Amino acid sequence: MALTDTAGGGRTRALLSVSGAFARFAFMVAATIVGLLAVTFFIGRIVPIDPVLAVVGDRAPAHVYARVREEMGLHLPLWQQFWIYVRDVLHGDLGTSVLTSRPVLDDIARYFPATLELATLGTVFGALFGVPLGVLAAVHRGGLVDQVVRVVGLVGYSAPIFWLGLLGLLVFYSQLGWVSGPGRLDVTYEYMLQPVTGMVLIDSALGGDWAVFKNAVSHIALPTALLAFFSMAYISRMTRSFMLNELSQEYILTARVKGVSERRIIWRHALRNAVVPLITVIALSYANLLEGSVLTETVFAWPGLGRYITNSLQNADMSAVLGGTLVIGVVFVAINTVSDLLYRLFDPRTR
Amino acid sequence: MAETHSPARRPTWREWLTDTEPASRGQARLGRAYLAWRSFTGNPLAMVGLFIVVGLVLVAIFADVLATHSPIAGGDLRTERLKPPSAEFWLGTDHQARDIYSRLVHGSRLTLMVVMLVAVIAMPVGLIVGTVAGYVGGWVDAVLMRVTDIFLAFPRLILALAFVAALGPGIENAIIAIAITSWPPYARIARAETLTIRKSDFIAAVRLQGASTARIIARHVMPLCMSSVIVRVTLDMAGIILIAAGLGFLGLGAQPPSPEWGAMIAAGRQHIIDFWWVATMPGIAIFIVSLGFNLLGDGLRDVLDPKAAK
Repeated sequence: MALTDTAGGGRTRALLSVSGAFARFAFMVAATIVGLLAVTFFIGRIVPIDPVLAVVGDRAPAHVYARVREEMGLHLPLWQQFWIYVRDVLHGDLGTSVLTSRPVLDDIARYFPATLELATLGTVFGALFGVPLGVLAAVHRGGLVDQVVRVVGLVGYSAPIFWLGLLGLLVFYSQLGWVSGPGRLDVTYEYMLQPVTGMVLIDSALGGDWAVFKNAVSHIALPTALLAFFSMAYISRMTRSFMLNELSQEYILTARVKGVSERRIIWRHALRNAVVPLITVIALSYANLLEGSVLTETVFAWPGLGRYITNSLQNADMSAVLGGTLVIGVVFVAINTVSDLLYRLFDPRTR
Repeated sequence: MAETHSPARRPTWREWLTDTEPASRGQARLGRAYLAWRSFTGNPLAMVGLFIVVGLVLVAIFADVLATHSPIAGGDLRTERLKPPSAEFWLGTDHQARDIYSRLVHGSRLTLMVVMLVAVIAMPVGLIVGTVAGYVGGWVDAVLMRVTDIFLAFPRLILALAFVAALGPGIENAIIAIAITSWPPYARIARAETLTIRKSDFIAAVRLQGASTARIIARHVMPLCMSSVIVRVTLDMAGIILIAAGLGFLGLGAQPPSPEWGAMIAAGRQHIIDFWWVATMPGIAIFIVSLGFNLLGDGLRDVLDPKAAK
């Protein structure tokens, strides 16, 4: 009886502390988002272009200038302008792109799936190869796999991603002809695709058009391989160090003494515990690939958010740049939040 | 062996340095530095890294001597444009008939400048924010760390991009933007280190002697946080070089005709299929230098921060 009592009390207390922790957590996420908004707002203010002049032109008389200034809300105190900015963003109004003359949010909704598709595939393959490589490197420390992981790590941390992308195009597209060149599809296939999700592989599979699907695969293979390589460099290195840490623990020794097979010790006992911090690493790698999209999409002419931002940059389209920056920042925060929550879920010590 | 017993013999430098009972602070410090140096030189990869970084510095200093051509002015556009590597043009020429080798040599100055200025701006900021937050605690800590987290929550390259977009392209603005995005991890590390020492007896002793908070932070806390922050900065330098090159590649860093490596890759991009060397050579330079900083950082970490080495 006494036992169940304490267990019940413990549960209530645990529940209370969980809800308290959740409130704190939600507050931190909200504060971070407001901070993000403050940063983009601040960047928008330090642009050395007078937004009023951009609208009325430099020949406008003073009273027109003053009226437009008032209409744009620029005569209000800064904090009020910030409040209006936050309100607009929360209503999904990120301004209008000068370049496409569409609302920035519509543009982003159009370009983001392409980025998401690339980054997701890159992370999936990166983890698929990176985790086993890291485990093997830790188990056979100093062996061949360990050396490979080390070299891959060094290259991944040292080589500019856009440069490797260009070399990849040179070798695998131009010289060997194994893959198709920049872009998502050949021009002839471009108009055969019915956009549903905005992700080219899923859309072509949904349409049941395997010729388009094959073409899409030949286009996405190289950028995916490149992103997967960078993701793998990071994931395998971290997996190795987590596994080394786990394998030196006493419970591993206990398992060995009990006669558990080495394979079971590595993959069932040690890796299971290493998976918890690995979730954070994989999430971080995913977020990094989304960020790196700015460079990879430029190299591969990939019609994603990264290229949208760089194109807007080159045309001084600030609302598009800041909108894109904000969306990537929010996605970043969301990924970190989810990985934090998963961490708490999987690691009993944090409960 | 007999000599070691004779008391009159003067100790060798090595014995003096490794003396377990140093007679002065200076001797103790030099001894520690000597041991750190020995352990560093015992690591071949770290020595390769040091070699590369020293090489970069030397190339930057003697760029005028090492360059065979002008980095800015091109040769004859009719006969010397897009030439493959040869005895005359060691790494070939670009689309404006400029010698790529000479441009790379001069570009090392820009790379070194970016790395050093970012470190000089971001390191003190991170150090001050971190140590003040950690030592003072309370709401100061909460506010400072929240600001740090907000900056950490932003993807670095995108944030730098947005800042450069606002400030206007150019190498100075790129440096400012990269520095703005660089300090948060240093603040985090400095704070973590500060938390482990703020309750130490020696801090209590200094406080009892009447030292002010500012003095304690500046003279007693910061020096102890330095080594981990320096390790982190060194490890970060490869990342700084890559971000600067990325900004240059997107046309937001150094502007033409300056021989910035990332911008050189961008210029060679349209010729990549037929004239591979134009984009490949600057990439190799970036790769080697980042590799050098990574190896050096790993080596320094093993020496200065043995806890994190595993």
